[in-house]
Amino acid sequence: MWLEGWWAYVFIAIAGWLATDIWRWLGVLAGKRLREDSEALNWVRAVATALVAAVIAKLILYPNGVLEQSPLWLRLGAVALGAIAFFLARQIPAVGIATAIATLAAGLWWRGF
Amino acid sequence: MERVEDERSVLAWFLTGARGIFSLPAMILMLSFVGFCSLTVQAGVPPEQVVFMTGIVWALPAKVILVSSVLSGASLATTFLAVTLSSVRLMPMVAALVPELRTAKTPTWLLLVLSHFIAITAWVFAMERVQKVPRPHRVTFFAGFGITLVAANMMLVAIVYRLVTDFPPIVAGCLFFLTPVYFLASIWNSARHRVVYLALAAGLVAGPLFYWLLPEFDILLAGVGGGTLAWLAERFWRPRREAGA
Repeated sequence: MWLEGWWAYVFIAIAGWLATDIWRWLGVLAGKRLREDSEALNWVRAVATALVAAVIAKLILYPNGVLEQSPLWLRLGAVALGAIAFFLARQIPAVGIATAIATLAAGLWWRGF
Repeated sequence: MERVEDERSVLAWFLTGARGIFSLPAMILMLSFVGFCSLTVQAGVPPEQVVFMTGIVWALPAKVILVSSVLSGASLATTFLAVTLSSVRLMPMVAALVPELRTAKTPTWLLLVLSHFIAITAWVFAMERVQKVPRPHRVTFFAGFGITLVAANMMLVAIVYRLVTDFPPIVAGCLFFLTPVYFLASIWNSARHRVVYLALAAGLVAGPLFYWLLPEFDILLAGVGGGTLAWLAERFWRPRREAGA
């Protein structure tokens, strides 16, 4: 059962807007204190990058939707080939991305998707 | 005379940022929003609420958790907790971006307002592109990109809601896969500090590890644990004279 009337908007504002923007505001207040050449910013940068990397790993290892039924070796193989193409092409992102997606598409087609 | 020139250049930088809507990451994000739209249609969320949610919550993972939490019959307090816990990652992301964006004169209220437009795609995009923008114009550039991206997705959701059709499986699979692959390439490509490469590797390993150990807090633990480890490793291996400088 979905939410109705004005209550839906209050619900979304509290559980959606407040629950996310609190962290953004705290991030601004913390970020303002960080000097650009400081060791603290280096640490924050490392933590933020590792967080996003963890999200990336989850998307590749535990995807939802159609890819849930695709074999893990195909997804990892697509990323590996994409990475090889990326480094061979002097780190041009488009080359790596296109190779990975083309590999995945070929694999999915071959598996009868 | 000078003032006019100044205003013109502010508008120009805002528009330069807005043009980011035609970039690969913006396209990928819009396709993800088409996917989110079909989730909300199936869940029975009215279109006005989907548009409202897109503008006010913005972060896509937070919205998916919000919708699925309500569907499972969770109360306001439970839903708030679920969304809050999943959104902690926004704090270090914003904290790492703010020193890149601001100048000594940037008012705090402006940064607080603009922080709303930061979610994972805008973060990756900004960390990469902002380096090429002269510092005094970075905030304007980001505002142009962030505001345009949110507005475009609100319109997209309003339109697509009525015509949602499912993509063929191969297309849907490839669209989904574009997100992680693009993030990987972009982070590697835009890294100017050695610690970023180490943190990327640490997070890729720590993510699945903590998902296996403590699935409730996996992303947060992988970020703090993997990030700290990467930072320590980089400090340890940094050449002496550089560390002393």
